[in-house]
Amino acid sequence: MVPLSWYLGLSALLFTIGAVGVFIKRNAITIFLCIELMLNAANLALVALSGFFGDVGGQLFVFIVMTVAAAEAAVGLAIVISVFRNRESLNVDDVDTLKL
Amino acid sequence: MEQTLFIIFAVIAVASALNILIQRNPLYSALSLIVTLASLSALYLTLHAQFIAAIQVVVYAGAIMVLFVFVIMLLNEPKDVPHIEKHKWLRYLAIPFAGLLIAEMFYALPLDKQIAFPSIPAEQADTAVGTTWNIGTALFTDYLLPFEVTSVLILMAVVGAMVLARREGD
Amino acid sequence: MLAAIILAPLAGALILGLFGKRMGERAIGFIACSTVAVSAVLSFYVFFANREALEAGTKIHEYLFTWISVGQFRADAALLLDSLSGIYILFVTFVGFWIHVFATGYMHGDTGYYRFFAYLNLFMFAMLTLVLGDNFLLMFVGWEGVGLCSYLLIGYYFLRDYANDAAKKAFIVNRIGDFGFALGVMLLFSQAHTIFYFSDPARGTQGAFNWAMTQLADPFTASAIFAGGLTTIGILLFIGATGKSAQIPLFVWLPDAMAGPTPVSALIHAATMVTAGVYMVSRASSIFIHAPMAMMIIAIIGAATALFAATIGLAQWDIKKVLAYSTISQLGYMFLACGVGAFAAGIFHVFTHAFFKALLFLGSGSVIVGLHHEQDMRRMGGLKKFMPVTFATMLVGWLAISGVPLLSGFFSKDEILFRTFTTAGLPDAWPKILWIVGAITALLTAVYMTRLMVLTFWGSERFSESHAAHHDTRHSDESHQSVTPHGVGPNEHEHHAGPPRESPRSMTVPLVVLAIGAVFAGYLGVPEGLSGGKIPNYFERILEPSIAHPQDAHSGSPIRQIIGEPAAHEKAASAANAAPAAEDEGHGTEIMLTVISVIIAFLGIGIGWSWFNRKPLWQPPRLLEDKYYVDEIYNAAIVQPIKVGSTNLLWKIIDVGIIDGAVNGAAYLASRIGNAMRYMQLGLARGYVALVVLGALLIIGYFIMK
Repeated sequence: MVPLSWYLGLSALLFTIGAVGVFIKRNAITIFLCIELMLNAANLALVALSGFFGDVGGQLFVFIVMTVAAAEAAVGLAIVISVFRNRESLNVDDVDTLKL
Repeated sequence: MEQTLFIIFAVIAVASALNILIQRNPLYSALSLIVTLASLSALYLTLHAQFIAAIQVVVYAGAIMVLFVFVIMLLNEPKDVPHIEKHKWLRYLAIPFAGLLIAEMFYALPLDKQIAFPSIPAEQADTAVGTTWNIGTALFTDYLLPFEVTSVLILMAVVGAMVLARREGD
Repeated sequence: MLAAIILAPLAGALILGLFGKRMGERAIGFIACSTVAVSAVLSFYVFFANREALEAGTKIHEYLFTWISVGQFRADAALLLDSLSGIYILFVTFVGFWIHVFATGYMHGDTGYYRFFAYLNLFMFAMLTLVLGDNFLLMFVGWEGVGLCSYLLIGYYFLRDYANDAAKKAFIVNRIGDFGFALGVMLLFSQAHTIFYFSDPARGTQGAFNWAMTQLADPFTASAIFAGGLTTIGILLFIGATGKSAQIPLFVWLPDAMAGPTPVSALIHAATMVTAGVYMVSRASSIFIHAPMAMMIIAIIGAATALFAATIGLAQWDIKKVLAYSTISQLGYMFLACGVGAFAAGIFHVFTHAFFKALLFLGSGSVIVGLHHEQDMRRMGGLKKFMPVTFATMLVGWLAISGVPLLSGFFSKDEILFRTFTTAGLPDAWPKILWIVGAITALLTAVYMTRLMVLTFWGSERFSESHAAHHDTRHSDESHQSVTPHGVGPNEHEHHAGPPRESPRSMTVPLVVLAIGAVFAGYLGVPEGLSGGKIPNYFERILEPSIAHPQDAHSGSPIRQIIGEPAAHEKAASAANAAPAAEDEGHGTEIMLTVISVIIAFLGIGIGWSWFNRKPLWQPPRLLEDKYYVDEIYNAAIVQPIKVGSTNLLWKIIDVGIIDGAVNGAAYLASRIGNAMRYMQLGLARGYVALVVLGALLIIGYFIMK
């Protein structure tokens, strides 16, 4: 039997990797991938707790997170496409006009 | 046995996750992420979450990641763009932040010893929660409203994606 | 049945207000007059069908629905018919109907024809609600409703500034009075726990007047005014009455209200609305008889107003202004009657006054139309041969208001003077002083009305003289009304055209009808003394059960007798039988006083006749012509301080400094904080991630440390 803390530890590790990725990467698509990684890290924690508690709620939450991830990917990639069309670049540091 | 499986897939997941960061080409990063997702799917099986494991492969690795790969292929970033990097110092914040995050989380992990889990008999563990039956029943009874709201969210995402990605004048 | 009386004019107002724009003048006039006619017919029917019951003092309640019911507080939309409200609906609908008919002729050709009649019908609705309501709140609804209609109709020619100013003045001054009224009703509720007039066993409601009759009379001291008892209630209610009925100190709006069309002046500002105050005081007579101090104040204010307004009326040049001050003066008479406890005499004067004052106003309207909107009496004169019907009917009105014997004004005015002279409710020499004031007012009334008639109908024909000749800048406010080229007045196209001519049938018929009323209305209430007690004062007898009598409240002992029950009537009747000797003595005094007032009337007419026939354009004292500078004094003492205070303190310091300062300060603070915080916004994904992770760190840290 694998203890719960192992799963949670793995989840924490993956999350941190994702966060670091968002920090250091400048390619918009790679940043998206890192966000997906973070979402999956959270999913792992949810599924693990769901299994250990014998409660279906956590898995349902994962289900919903997946739909949200799908929606986010669709919209996010559409934004990336339209930004690319305007800027000819995927560098997020290029897209900083939101700054005052 | 389970521990062995866990360690194998955990190592694969972490390694491929790190590979996402290491690769410069986003296409390789995406493929690397698919490996991570697949190994996570295997871990879900060890947690008796069969349904989630299946859609992890089908929806996540299959559909969403295909979308990513598709977009990466489509955009094909030119190689000669000037190398812009603003506020480079922020990059180095990643190290202390990541360290603190790991430290905090691993500090919290031993707290699971204090939790009293319900004991599920080994023979029922397979069918206790993670089957399609269980998930479906819960989804269409207690969680019907969130489910329906999710469908609205997806509809909005579809419309939003079309509006955003459309060319001007189409 | 009672509801139909009220709702018929409302239906007319709604139809005219919503669809009147597309109707022709005939249709509009027909709807407006017929709805009021329905009310009038129904009023006569219910009054005479229930005459016996009303004489016996029965209160006929008609419950429609419960309007408000909160805790102890209950107000119903319910109507009350007793002899007091019965008499009121009779003359309100009757006079109102004929004024409507008159207005169809007077307003001929006006662009706002439908609007005018919609307002007029709405006014009838509000006035009848005021009169027929069976509780103070419903009366207040009517009270505010007539105020609103008054405002709308005074400002009817809304393209003219002076009409708008007059309308606003009327509205605001009335608000001051309404404030007193509302407070009075609240105080009454806090004491009596009900605002119904009378108990109604059918609904199980208690009446405030039934309660009042069980109370001890307040002491006759000045401190009672502020004691929060019945005297305070009475004073507050009277403040409301001073606003609506144009008494000192709130009378200033009524002369300005003449900016409205003349039928409005006749209906609202002479015959009906302005007598609402008298109605209210008479209605609440059971409160007032327990508040001797309030009664005395009413009597003094009434007498003072009567004299004060009469002297001003003596010196006005605008024909409608003369009548306006005359109205104020006559209202003063009515309050004098109420103040001395002769509520029935006051109501009687309301009744006769409605006829002859409406007649005089309509006559003046006829003159004004005949002279193509000339209101300045200096440009009238010699009109009797041009306008014979108008002249003849106004002659009747003139004699009636002057107190010539056997016309209506004579009986009612005489009754009031007699009651004032013999009242037992006032201490020391007050009855005599008030009587002398009343008598002088009667003299002045005869003089200024004679002046009006002489200047208008006799003497040289001054109307053909150049308009510029009389451009005296001192009378700019009156002259404005008559010579400013107006854009919306009736018959505008005929301005400056031709000699004066008699008005059309639609205007002269009401004049004749009202003239007949002005002659004969008085015979309903012939004072008993004049006939040696042979002819009973019918008017007083029928009002008897609706009105409380001061003697019921004497001695300060609680009186179990509740007004409105037949017992009260019987008691009064038996008291009258028990003391025939005293009655005879009263009759002797009454005859003597009557002779004096007849002498006064003829003396006044004689003075006026001889003086103004010789010097029609005699320049009256400036003080009188300028109305004792009351408007100027109010302006300096009240309006300007409020203006200055509002400008310098409320606006410049509190509003701009504190309120705007706080708002601007909040915005400034937010902008400064935002300025400081915007450096957190790098505009880079990395910067936002750093903040998100920092937040996550802090939250996780918090849960770990906890």
